[in-house]
Amino acid sequence: MSTIVSLPDQSTAKLPAKSYLNQEYGLKSWLLTGDHKRIAMLYLFSITFFFVIGGVLAGLIRLELLTPPADLMATDTYNKVFSMHGIIMIFLFLVPSVPATIGNFLIPLMVGARDLAFPKINLLSWYLYMGGGLLVLATMVLGGVDTGWTFTTPLSTHYLNTHVVTAAMGIFLAGFSSIFTGLNFIVTIHRMRCPGMTWFRLPLFVWGHYATSIIMILGTPVLAITLVLVALERTMNIGVFDPSKGGDPLLFQHLFWFYSHPAVYIMILPGMAVISEVISTFSRKRVFGYTAVAFSSVAIAVFGFLVWEHHMFIMGVSQYSALVFSLLTMLVAVPSAIKIFNWSMTLYKGSITFETPMLYAFGFIGLFTIGGLTGIFLATLGMDVHLTETYFIVAHFHFVMVGGMLMAYLAGVHFWWPKMTGRMYPEAISKTAAVITFIGFIVTFFPQFILGYLGMPRRYAAYPADFQVLNVFSTAGASILGIGYLLPMLYLPWSLKYGEIAGDNPWQATGLEWQIQSPPLTENFSEIPIMDHEAYDYEWLANKTHHEVQTVG
Amino acid sequence: MDSPSIATTPHELGSSGLPHAHDHPAFMRHHFEDIGQQREAASFGMWVFLLTEIMFFGGLFCAYLIFRNWYHPAFVAGSNTLDITLGTTNTAVLIGSSFTMAMAVYSAEMRRKGQLVLFLVLTILLGGVFLGIKAVEYHQKYVDHHIPGMNFSIQEFVHPTNPKAIPLAPDMAEKTQLYFFLYFAMTGMHALHMIIGIGLLLFMVARASRGAYTAGHVIPVENFGLYWHFVDIVWIFLFPLLYLISRYR
Repeated sequence: MSTIVSLPDQSTAKLPAKSYLNQEYGLKSWLLTGDHKRIAMLYLFSITFFFVIGGVLAGLIRLELLTPPADLMATDTYNKVFSMHGIIMIFLFLVPSVPATIGNFLIPLMVGARDLAFPKINLLSWYLYMGGGLLVLATMVLGGVDTGWTFTTPLSTHYLNTHVVTAAMGIFLAGFSSIFTGLNFIVTIHRMRCPGMTWFRLPLFVWGHYATSIIMILGTPVLAITLVLVALERTMNIGVFDPSKGGDPLLFQHLFWFYSHPAVYIMILPGMAVISEVISTFSRKRVFGYTAVAFSSVAIAVFGFLVWEHHMFIMGVSQYSALVFSLLTMLVAVPSAIKIFNWSMTLYKGSITFETPMLYAFGFIGLFTIGGLTGIFLATLGMDVHLTETYFIVAHFHFVMVGGMLMAYLAGVHFWWPKMTGRMYPEAISKTAAVITFIGFIVTFFPQFILGYLGMPRRYAAYPADFQVLNVFSTAGASILGIGYLLPMLYLPWSLKYGEIAGDNPWQATGLEWQIQSPPLTENFSEIPIMDHEAYDYEWLANKTHHEVQTVG
Repeated sequence: MDSPSIATTPHELGSSGLPHAHDHPAFMRHHFEDIGQQREAASFGMWVFLLTEIMFFGGLFCAYLIFRNWYHPAFVAGSNTLDITLGTTNTAVLIGSSFTMAMAVYSAEMRRKGQLVLFLVLTILLGGVFLGIKAVEYHQKYVDHHIPGMNFSIQEFVHPTNPKAIPLAPDMAEKTQLYFFLYFAMTGMHALHMIIGIGLLLFMVARASRGAYTAGHVIPVENFGLYWHFVDIVWIFLFPLLYLISRYR
């Protein structure tokens, strides 16, 4: 099979003498760093840690559901397990996954800056994230929380005796971490672009993160104040969300989903951003309809704020507003479809090669399309009444979040691994891992669509025996998926020492980040580059002279 | 393509211990190209942060609007128990503190150190007066049994002592709790922002007295000014919504 990978001669190649990794040594140089690349690495380790915890909890859920009765754990334990799984995976893994790691690492490189605009705030956001993470861990150790990740009132405020306030505080802190990341990105993209880097020369990765940041800064504060109200209501016995005191539980739902629906776009837009880069690089073509893809990211961010009520169709909202929200929800399909069609057109007549990131990207396109189309089912009022609160919804959002975002995250980690570490991951085994992940995913979550359609409700530890076959499929698939995720956790650390030296630009990609050494210098560019070509200009790359390489570092 | 010669060149970045051999002010951060970029980034960042603050308060304003529409009589009755003299005084004090803050920014731009310190201290004092008056008002609410979740009593609303007040039915009188909760949540969140602001001001007075902001590095004072004015503006919305609307004519 053909490949575009071009590595330096391994017998003579060496890692650069000086890079951000060996600029300084010692724990202190990492914990007090202002370097966006080091902070990205801190995030990479921390989110992997929380991903493992969330993954183990997911494994426990699937084990419990292997058999119809609730036999592995007590039903209230099961409630805690799926609640903690949701909280950890959403707030501590998916929201920061691509932006805080890959985005943090790459945005300054891609816009041609030496760092994000506010390095100290960037570090602060990692500490806030860790603070939030520790509080969530404390919640687990103290006995967990069983509200589901949605903190539904008045269940969470009046009827449960679990650690709601601790968990809410953890999410509050993690939320501010996300606000500061978004703020840093927006200011950097506006104010730190290098000469010649116009808005429409930015890689689509940057556009995707710009849209994500808009949601982060506008949505997250609303979640923060909502959680403050929940905590106050719980501790001081006030009734803003309590109907018996004149309060309104629906108000909580409105405020919560005002953030939490746009939050799903925080969780998918950066994934789409990664896919644009990967698809272009491995089909050797400029992304088809660059402008449309760029604006579709912003459109998703804007529409994303206008659809939250579709989470509440069965909660007694006005039929007329439900009609409007149903229509608006379907509108989100338009920019999403623009992306899918444009990626397909990019592939059309491209010189496609099948390296690991590309395999993950193909996985993303397929799974996200299924996840997106089933979203149309749920946006339809009549269907939603039948399907909501069943496994259909569980399958739908796992197709988007896990099949979509996690695939994109892994695509991104593999794609930029040579840039981050200077070494290649082992290609054969990582291709295997990508295929295993895809198969495992399909086997796990496809049966859940059928289960949900047949009426199996979510959030129960027990189910009728009729549903067992499909649940066994799902649990078996989860085991395969587990292996698929375990492999990168083993071979990526291995590659840090034994991987091949990658050189500056193993993929022959066009982004500014590929024109500098791998791993980069602490200051990224020894001289600020001048952007004199469009994004994804492979002709420019082919004709580039040695001199030009020097001027960009 | 690999260029070790570039990699081994001594770089200014990350070597703050080395003598500075370049021609920019000491307060410029090295990842910026020039001081203009730093200034623009800092100012833009502050505006974006204030946007998040608007959304943060937005949730509370949203709750206020909904419950005000639902329980209008209770909100009118609750609003009438607030002390409008203290509220008005506080509004004046806060606007005054915004003025002194604006003067502080002006002094920093004019590079007048003594004047800057004076105006920052005045801002702290006015902020302190605001919080003091707020504390008096909170205490008054405590005495009146109007603190929800603590000692709340609907007595005053069912059988008002004020002859002008309209008695409420007990179930509507219960809803005054929501009014007072929102009153405490909104003014409390506002006061928290004031306390954080005063903390920052103390820090800035210490630095200003050492001349940190009067040698061209105006950005921190300017940005703090934006924050302080924002907190002021929040109060400009809170005051009519909580104190003024639907008072007895």
